[in-house]
Amino acid sequence: MPNPLPYLRAVLWSFLGIRGRSGATAEQQQLKPLPLIATAVALVAVFVLLLLGLASSATAAPLAVPDTMAQRALACTGCHGPQGRATPQGYIPRIAGKPAGYLHAQLLAFRDRRRPHDGMARLLVNLDDHYLAELASYFAALQLPYPAPAALQGTAGSRALGERLVRQGDAARGLPACVSCHGTAMTGVLPAIPGLLGLPRDYLVAQLGAWRVQIRQARAPDCMAALARRMQPQDIAAVADWLAAQPLPADTGPAPRALQALPTPCGGTEP
Amino acid sequence: MIGLVGGLISGLVVATSAVAWLNRSPTRVPSPDPAATADTIARGAYLTRVGNCVGCHTARGGRPYAGGRGLPTPFGTVVAGNLTPDPDTGLGRWSADDFWQALHHGRSRDGRLLAPAFPYTEFTHVSRSDSDALYLYLRSLPPVAQAAPESGLRFPFGTQPALAIWRALYFRPAGQGELTATGQSAEWQRGAYLVRGLGHCAACHAPRNALGATTQAELLPGGTLPMQPWVAPSLAPVAGLPPDQQQQAVVALLRTGMSSHGVTSGPMAEVVTNSTQHWTDQDLKAAAVYLLSLPAQAPPQALPPATNDPVADAQRQRGAVLYADHCATCHGESGEGAPGIYPPLAGNPTVTLVDPTNAMQVIRHGGFAPTTQAQPRPFGMPPSSLSPQELADVLTYVRQSWGNQAAAVTVLQSMRAP
Repeated sequence: MPNPLPYLRAVLWSFLGIRGRSGATAEQQQLKPLPLIATAVALVAVFVLLLLGLASSATAAPLAVPDTMAQRALACTGCHGPQGRATPQGYIPRIAGKPAGYLHAQLLAFRDRRRPHDGMARLLVNLDDHYLAELASYFAALQLPYPAPAALQGTAGSRALGERLVRQGDAARGLPACVSCHGTAMTGVLPAIPGLLGLPRDYLVAQLGAWRVQIRQARAPDCMAALARRMQPQDIAAVADWLAAQPLPADTGPAPRALQALPTPCGGTEP
Repeated sequence: MIGLVGGLISGLVVATSAVAWLNRSPTRVPSPDPAATADTIARGAYLTRVGNCVGCHTARGGRPYAGGRGLPTPFGTVVAGNLTPDPDTGLGRWSADDFWQALHHGRSRDGRLLAPAFPYTEFTHVSRSDSDALYLYLRSLPPVAQAAPESGLRFPFGTQPALAIWRALYFRPAGQGELTATGQSAEWQRGAYLVRGLGHCAACHAPRNALGATTQAELLPGGTLPMQPWVAPSLAPVAGLPPDQQQQAVVALLRTGMSSHGVTSGPMAEVVTNSTQHWTDQDLKAAAVYLLSLPAQAPPQALPPATNDPVADAQRQRGAVLYADHCATCHGESGEGAPGIYPPLAGNPTVTLVDPTNAMQVIRHGGFAPTTQAQPRPFGMPPSSLSPQELADVLTYVRQSWGNQAAAVTVLQSMRAP
């Protein structure tokens, strides 16, 4: 059995075309032909097997699925926009950055068909409370930039009405200002009052309408249902038009928990 | 003429007597209620899981076991009762004998015949000792005063004579050890008891006749869910697949909601969430052993390759483009899926069922795998906005690629899918 090292060296040099070490030629002249051929065949076989292995592992490689909430939330973002950032153009609301308590309550209500939406109910029917809380927290933590608001709609009169109802309410009709619960900046209040900006006009109209006819309900005392019933259709249109056209403030996150009592008792504001 | 009338009358008398005889009240030997030990109550709690009692006897978002959920049937809606021990609206005044009478004989406490939407055709196989444990567990729950709304069975289906005739045709209280078979292991006997009894698999996985009675409960060849757009596939083993592999797949699917070749969806996902994920390993294995002993179904007949059919080729080509756009990111270019996350579509029995209803439901409405202890954070699939033509095309492509061989889906089928 001759020393295999010079044979390996010779074959590899011939593969790679490296030459020039002093004494290489002298060493090669010492090699016998048969072991040289055997070494070459063996090395070629190893090389081919390596390539085949690589090729088969490349075709059979399982899909790389990140073990993240973002990956799980892809079932939501198909409709609610990438990262839950649906724009005011359309109907489906943005969910990114809404308070976690609010999102969780809505997910539970959709699943249990207290807030009727067949698509949401079917999507969530198999998920338990705890996982829905995790999904809610995931979207709540996404404090991401907002797109430009919708263009102002309606007459000057209806714009003024919308702004007045949002900022001051109408005491004569028992309508508190929207900002008194949803935050002066209208970005929501922790833990469970949603913001009112960055939402599609049609979505806002539909929610106030749904409360008015009791399709959408919250835990008693259901303040939004009571307020929506005191609003006329033109009030709802004016408020929705005005809100959908408002830009977001610099700080888009919900305000911290309110210290003073709400102007009207609300069952849905605590998780 | 007189002879004809006389014959009719005597025929009616005989039939009525037969129905009455077959529905005679069980002889009741009152027995004292069994002692409520912690062990018995725990066993009862487990058995309510096995039977998925909570599934029907809880309204959506309501208090567990307080009833109020309506079960749609072709004969009207049956509302499940309140099983909590409230004296006026629940089982508060019931004895263990009353409970046994309901479970085994399908009669309420006052002797009224119960509608078989309550699957006493299966629960009649539950042993008296398990019935008592169930009863004691339900007694231990906090009482909830909640009257169930009246059931809405259309006339005459909810009447006692109609139920008596139905029972004369389709129901006998089970005899002692009716499900046991000589020459089978104790594990098989346990599996038969679970699958055919409290597990009431036949309620969905066996076909129903025009009067709503389950047929072929002993074969579990699959069925269509009443009033729901879902198909319950056959539970019989597939000929030609290794039994070990099939047994593992059954246990994995029941425990985690997913196996190596599929994910539960629709009503079965609910069963996994409420019931089978909580079964012990022994019981899951026993059920699998029993199911694998059923007469094997032949593998679906391979379709003759559709050669030179430009319409079918065009449909598959449109489907392939849609698949690459909408499906391949998660299910893989060759339908291989991601194990434990996104199910494979190659070799997935759900997508190749003769009736493509389930696959159409999933594609159209999306959904998550059920949350279970084994998979507390399941991945999901978004709903799609494919047109009926696109849905038919992409599903046809999936049903006829990577070795899948199932019939094409027509646009008519996808338009009919709710």
